[in-house]
Amino acid sequence: MSWLRRSSSEPLWKEEFSVRTADERYVTRRQLTKFLVLTSLGMFVGNLWILVRSLFYKAPTYPQQTIARLGEIPVGGVKLFTYPTKDDHCILVRTSESEHVSYSQKCTHLSCAVYFSQESNRLECPCHKGFFSITDGSVLQGPPSRPLPRIVLERRGDELVAVDVKVS
Amino acid sequence: MPENLELPPKTRGLTAIAGAMSLIAVLLIVQIWLLSAALEAFLGGKRSSALPAAIFSGLMFLVCFGLYLFVDRVDLDVRNSSSER
Repeated sequence: MSWLRRSSSEPLWKEEFSVRTADERYVTRRQLTKFLVLTSLGMFVGNLWILVRSLFYKAPTYPQQTIARLGEIPVGGVKLFTYPTKDDHCILVRTSESEHVSYSQKCTHLSCAVYFSQESNRLECPCHKGFFSITDGSVLQGPPSRPLPRIVLERRGDELVAVDVKVS
Repeated sequence: MPENLELPPKTRGLTAIAGAMSLIAVLLIVQIWLLSAALEAFLGGKRSSALPAAIFSGLMFLVCFGLYLFVDRVDLDVRNSSSER
């Protein structure tokens, strides 16, 4: 990048490894400035990457998967399952006689597994005390800033079928 | 009577470089925050904020780069003036 540097009386190696103590301060400051600007470039590239991912985002399609039978779990009970892949752990909670809700079990803060607390009627993350609403998965308290992804359920006969994942 | 209070070129150069570096540091902190906010929004399914975040991040990088060129120029000027003496 020779166009960045104007002609100097000293060769570059002499400037970068100065023998004069007074000049050393300049060298270290210039190098630190260079490092900071490169970090700034890194941040910009990161933002560009997010922009590219946003522009070329394609909504994924999810399979349909039977996850439980209607009377299988009692009111206040839970069932753990994986959806849409074997690595995506989810939690199904029966909140009333006729109502079931399901969310991803991965906390949106640092991916710890959340559990259902029947006493406080909410989903709790044991790692950093992040609490989520059982009604819509929104954050009630703690470090997580995003709600839990919701698994969309459909009732087909006496079976509960997972059909979609909603990230809001 | 006050004498010539003008600072020597080296001291002036160091002050200018320190000021430019402080500005770069502030811009960098804003850029880090912008990146984390854009990532958080992207993961939360809000993709509309990616474009303004990228534009502002690019602008901040350009300002940082301009400041770097300024630091480089000041540095060179001071070196040349001290070697001329």
